[in-house]
Amino acid sequence: MTTLFLGVALFIAFLTLAPLFRMALGPTIYDRVLGVGLMGTNAILLLVLIGFIYGRIDMFVDLAIAYAILNFVGIVVVAKYLERRGEKP
Amino acid sequence: MTDSLALVLVFGGLFFVLVSSLGLIRLPDFYTRSHALGKSDTLGSILVLGGLAVYGGLSLSSFKLLLILVFVALGNPTATHALMRAALRSRQEMWSRREGANKR
Repeated sequence: MTTLFLGVALFIAFLTLAPLFRMALGPTIYDRVLGVGLMGTNAILLLVLIGFIYGRIDMFVDLAIAYAILNFVGIVVVAKYLERRGEKP
Repeated sequence: MTDSLALVLVFGGLFFVLVSSLGLIRLPDFYTRSHALGKSDTLGSILVLGGLAVYGGLSLSSFKLLLILVFVALGNPTATHALMRAALRSRQEMWSRREGANKR
């Protein structure tokens, strides 16, 4: 079961290349923030899976809670900052 | 029994995370990309976290995993909606098949 979770974690880490690609050459700033959001969600899943792999889930789940809260607050604050910053109609 | 249920949930969630990553790469526009990410990634995270909570059994860690699940299910669509509203209010152009058909 631990080996299977290691495979799942490696697959999610491979999928994290997609938001990295979008963050590197997204056409607009909103695409980059969207990539940050997907990368944060993947980081939550990776932290929980690493907790199950190492058998220390009681420690890693608190880190995952902190990552979830920071991800949400960060994206909402950046969206509020970027509002009405584009070209005027 | 619980292990097989956890495996089904985790691999179903992995499929949805894969779909959201492909959508983030392949779709042509910011709005369509956030459409792929706001729903599919939320469902994938819910399924993976729920499967791991089923695997962990009845403990405090599983309760915290359910707490993360509820927070992701509330927070991820809200964040995507806020970002999409910011893009819409700053006149981000929508994609259309004809060039310049959807000017606002």
